[in-house]
Formats: sequence, structure tokens, C-alpha cells
Amino acid sequence: MANSENAKTSSASFLKNLVRNQCFIPVAALLLLAVFNLIADPSFFRITLGYNSAGNPVLSGFIIDIINNGSELAILAIGMTLVTAASGGQDISVGAAIAIAGSVVLRVLCGGNARPETLQAPIIVAFLVACVVAMLFGAFNGVLVAYFKIQPMIATLILYTAGRSIAAWINNNELPVISDPKFAYFGGFIPGIPIPTPCFIAIACMIVIGIVLKVTNLRLYTQAVGINQSSSKLNGLNPEMIKVLAFVILGLCVAVAGLIKVSRVSSINYSVIAKDIEMDAILAVALGGNALSGGKFNMAASIIGAFVIQCLTTTLYKFGVSSTALPAYKAVVVILLVVVSAPTVREYLNKISQKMKLSKEVA
Amino acid sequence: MKRKMAVLLTGAMVMATLAGCGGGEAAPAAETAAPAAEEEASAEEEAPAAEEEAPAAEEEAPAEEAEAPAASGELITLGIINNDPNESGYRTANDADLKATFTEENGYSASFAYSMKNDEQIAAAQKFIQDGVDYLLLSAADTSGWDSVLTDAQDAGVQVILFDRTIDADESLYLASIVSDMDKEGETAVNWLESQGLETYNIIHLQGVMGSAAQEGRSGALQAKADAEANWNIVEQQTAEWNAENAQQIVQSVISSGKEFNVIYAENDDMAKGAVAALDAANISHGVGKDVIVMGFDCNKWALEELLAGNWNYDGQCNPFQASYIDDVIKNGAPAEKTIIMDEKGFDATTITQEDVDNYGI
Repeated sequence: MANSENAKTSSASFLKNLVRNQCFIPVAALLLLAVFNLIADPSFFRITLGYNSAGNPVLSGFIIDIINNGSELAILAIGMTLVTAASGGQDISVGAAIAIAGSVVLRVLCGGNARPETLQAPIIVAFLVACVVAMLFGAFNGVLVAYFKIQPMIATLILYTAGRSIAAWINNNELPVISDPKFAYFGGFIPGIPIPTPCFIAIACMIVIGIVLKVTNLRLYTQAVGINQSSSKLNGLNPEMIKVLAFVILGLCVAVAGLIKVSRVSSINYSVIAKDIEMDAILAVALGGNALSGGKFNMAASIIGAFVIQCLTTTLYKFGVSSTALPAYKAVVVILLVVVSAPTVREYLNKISQKMKLSKEVA
Repeated sequence: MKRKMAVLLTGAMVMATLAGCGGGEAAPAAETAAPAAEEEASAEEEAPAAEEEAPAAEEEAPAEEAEAPAASGELITLGIINNDPNESGYRTANDADLKATFTEENGYSASFAYSMKNDEQIAAAQKFIQDGVDYLLLSAADTSGWDSVLTDAQDAGVQVILFDRTIDADESLYLASIVSDMDKEGETAVNWLESQGLETYNIIHLQGVMGSAAQEGRSGALQAKADAEANWNIVEQQTAEWNAENAQQIVQSVISSGKEFNVIYAENDDMAKGAVAALDAANISHGVGKDVIVMGFDCNKWALEELLAGNWNYDGQCNPFQASYIDDVIKNGAPAEKTIIMDEKGFDATTITQEDVDNYGI
């Protein structure tokens, strides 16, 4: 008798812990979308092994599409989570910064010639240059936010406005096209490996940030600065430095995402590349249940949030929702998810459930 | 104290950035306007005179004007208001074309102002009118709000020529309007597609940003055809917002869902490129004599090269080269019909030549 009651309470507390876990909402959303697709059309989960036009094996299917196309967003969500946690604000210049990073990659590879026969520099060099440039722009944002105490959204508005023009200027307003098939590996497939390369890049980024958060004090320091800047200062931290660091890490994420983006089409279009991706990245952080006002954060939840957004996009494409109605559908789902995962709403729900329990006990 | 410093510095930074932005746009206008000032005095005297004659003897007056600069070395001053050249490949080509045509060798002194905002464009127009330019060339950011400034221009004896975009203003306020006919672009493309004589047309239709003139014109013709013909089916119709990657995702999802298709109708080259990337990944052959017909618009150089290589089938032109038409209007007088619609070609992969790529690629 007592035993069964114990088991009951432990299972109840397990359930409560599960619901309380920050990953619960994005995972639940992902499952909900999966179940919806399963009922509507099970072929959503079909994965087939085929061959591309170069004769290399490739996997295809909606699940692969989601993981593949969601990679950049997941990578950006990593950096955006840190920026949000440390500064209590968001970077809205991400899309423009991707245009800059992508433009730098192409500029180095082409060496000023819009249609090079051969690559003018190794891809790794181009990537590293792009990393440095993107981190510098990240540092620029970070300095404005940390030292000049400008609202993050206002500070990054500068780059948001100017970024795409800078990107065009880097390549003299030309649209370089790279014909070397090796460059397409990063956004496509490496011959012989049927899984899209962006997946590997995203997983590598996740592993790196996982190790960094585990081994270093980055998580603790970032949260401390985000929760209370002055008390973290009194405890010997340098809040300004931490904030700049968060923006620089986001810059690195931007460079990686930029490489994937330009590699996907082996070219660039300054005005539309990664358009509005900053909003999706911020949304991923919000969907992960992270407070947009800074402080505690859960990296895994943000990354899952990114895949929820991509899953939603792919689902809507699959069902052929008409072009004009697409944003409206997306908005409805997003509003629901964000409201449910908002910390204040969760607190309120917790309170209600506690009250119910209390009244049950009284009865 | 520290806080005050921060506030001051912030203020300074913001000022600096604002000044930076503003300066970038205003500078070219101010700089290039300077050399024109010398000629102004004499030009101003002549311009209104020429204008008075214009309605009476339209054909004679401009002819005189055309000879005048060559004879006396006097330049026709132009104020050119355009959208930001970074906006797209089209705009870049458009701006380069204007700059190449309106040179001092050709008898022009041109000043440029760029903005994608209507109010800034109107301010630039007012400045040009004050400077007393002979002609104001305008690609308006917005269709409305131009009446009063164009009336000012008329009072000051400045002739207005619209290019690329029309505005909602009375025809009497401008000399000519040189535009693309987007509906016709769509029709040309659809007629070409019809001439391919496929048994059934299963089309993936990738649209531009919904509501833009290019999207509406290019979508309209296809939609009308698909509604009218039983063997024309639109398998998927989705906006990829001019974006290659979105197009890639959309086509990937059509392939994954196993729907049959044999035509990709993309409303710009970027989207066609994204679609082709998805086809390549799924080993679906495309191009001349292959499984899927690929159609694009805008005639980017790289796209025409794809045509030349036979990887795509068709590319429709959206002509950015208005300068020669404007030159013609200035030198030979106003046309009978105020709206001039430019010649726009459609290139077929089987007939395109390297010459076409060099001449029409943007």
C-alpha cells in the first residue's frame, strides 16, 4: 500500500520534473509536429538512399531536409543564446553579418575576379579570414553594448542597416560564382558520404560549445552577468569582457553559417542571403524557453527550438500552404509556442497546479 | 561622471554613424554637381527658351539642343535619382549603364543621388531643381507623393523623365516614362514554354516577393495559362522571395513528396539556381533535351552561361538598359506616346550565342 503510494508520488514528481525541464516545450512541439505529420501523411518520415547527378550516394527525405536546412539556424542559436543571456538583448544584425562573412569567403576565393577558373586561395584560408572579420564585427557590436551601454537591438541596428551594403562593397558589387565542385561540399554532400555536410558542421559546433560549457566557466560567468551585472562585478568578474565575448562567439557562429550559406549555391546575393534569419534565431532562443531579458539559459533547448522552426517551415512547404498565407500559419504556431514557453506563463501554470494539488490534499 | 561620459560618447557615436550614412548618399550629388555650376548660368538662360518652343515645334527645338553641346562644348545637365545600386544585380547594371551613357564625351554632366526612400528621393529632387538641372531622371522608390515636386520642376523649367518605375502623377508632369512591361515578360516566357509542345506541363512555380510588380506580371501570365489549359498543371506554387536557398528547400520538398514535374518556372535567376541545386542532389536531369525544363528571369551573366552550357532552357530579360532610350528622348524630343515600353527578349538555350551573353548579361 505504502509502496504503491510512493511509486505514485515518484512517478508524479518525475512527470513534474519532465514538464519543468526547459527542453520540454520545444521537444513537445517537435513531437506534436511529428505526430501531425505521421497522421496526415506517413511518407513524411520516409528516407531514401539515391544518387545525385555526380553519381554519389545521397540520402533524401523530409527528415533529412529538416536536419540539413536547420543546421545554420541551430549554429546561430548557439551564439544568440549566449548573447541573450549575457546582455539581456538580441543581435539583429546576424543576417547582414552572414552576408559579410559569405562575401569575404567569396572575395578571398576569387581574389577579385568574379568568375575565377581556379580557386585563388585554399578554402580553409578563406574561412579563417571570414571568421576573423565576423568576429571583429561581433566585437564591434559587443563593445557598443558592453562599454557604451547601448541597447543591444539599437547597437546592432547599425550593422543591420549597413551590413548588406558592406557585403556588396567587399566584392565590388559583383556576384562571384565559384565553379570548383569542392566548394559545394560544405553546403552539399562530400562524395561517398550520403549525409549532408551541414549536419556534420552543426554537430561539430554543438560538441564544441558543449565541451566549452562543461570545461570552462563560460556558462557560470555568462549567467552571473546576465542575472546581476553589478554583483557579478563585485565578485571579481569583468561583465563588459563577458558581453563582448558573447558577441564574438556569435560572430564565429555567423562565419560558420555564412560559409554553409554561400556554399549551398556557390554564389551570393547580397540583398536576400540569410534574409530575416536573425528573427528565426531569436525565435529559437525564445522557443527554448530562455528569458529574453537575460540570465539563465539552456543551450540544448535553443538548438531544439531551431529545429522546431525548420520542421514547421518544411511541414508548411510539404502541405503546399499557399504563398500568401504561409507567414500567417507560421505566426499562429509561433505565438502559441512562445506564449506557452514564456517563463511567466510557466510560473503561472505551476502556481495553478500547486493550488489544485493543495485543494486536493485539503479534500 | 563616468555615466555622463558614456552618454556623451554614445551621442557622439550615434551622430557619427548618422553623419556617415547621410554623407554617403549626399556626397556624390554634391560633388558631381559642382562642375555643372559653371555651365548653369548660360544653360539656364537657354533651357526655358528651348522649353517654350518645345510644345510648338517639338521636333526642331531638341534637335538644336542636341547640336548645341557638340558645337559649343556646353553640357546638358542631368539630375539622376535612382535606387540603391546594391539592391540587386538589375540595379547595379542599370546604374552602370546610366553612368556609361551620360558622360561628358556624350555631352552630359550628370549628378547622381541614390535612395530607396521616397522622402529622401524627393529632397534630392528639390535640390536638383534648385541647382537648375536641364533634365531630372527619376526611378521613384514609391509611386505616390510626387505631384508637388514635379509641379515645382515644371515651374522651374526642368524636364522630368521617368525610368524603370512609373508614378501616380498626371502625364503632363513628365516628358516620358521608360518602363518594362512585366506582364509582357510573363507572356513571352509562357508563349515560349507553350512552343516546346510538351504533352503535359507539370510546373513548379517559384514566385518572387508577393505583390512586387515583377512577381505579379510573371505569375499572372502563367496562372492564366494554367487555368485555361487542361494539360497545364501547377504542381507547386510557392514564394521563395527571390531567394536561392528558399527555392532549393521548396524544390527539395516537392521531390521528397514524390510529385511528378517537368518544368521549373522561377521568377528570377537566383531561384532557378536554387532549384537546379535541388535537382542535382536528386539526380534529376535538367536543361536542353533533358527531363526538366528550367526557366529563369533577369538575364544575369552567369545564368546566360548556364543557358549556353545547356543546363537551363530559357531566361527572360528584364531590361535594365534604359539609358539609350533616355538619350534618345533628350536628343530627339518627346515621343508621341509618353510611356515607352522597352524591348525585352527571351533567350532560348538552343539559340543563344556567346555574343548574347556578353551583350545582354548583367
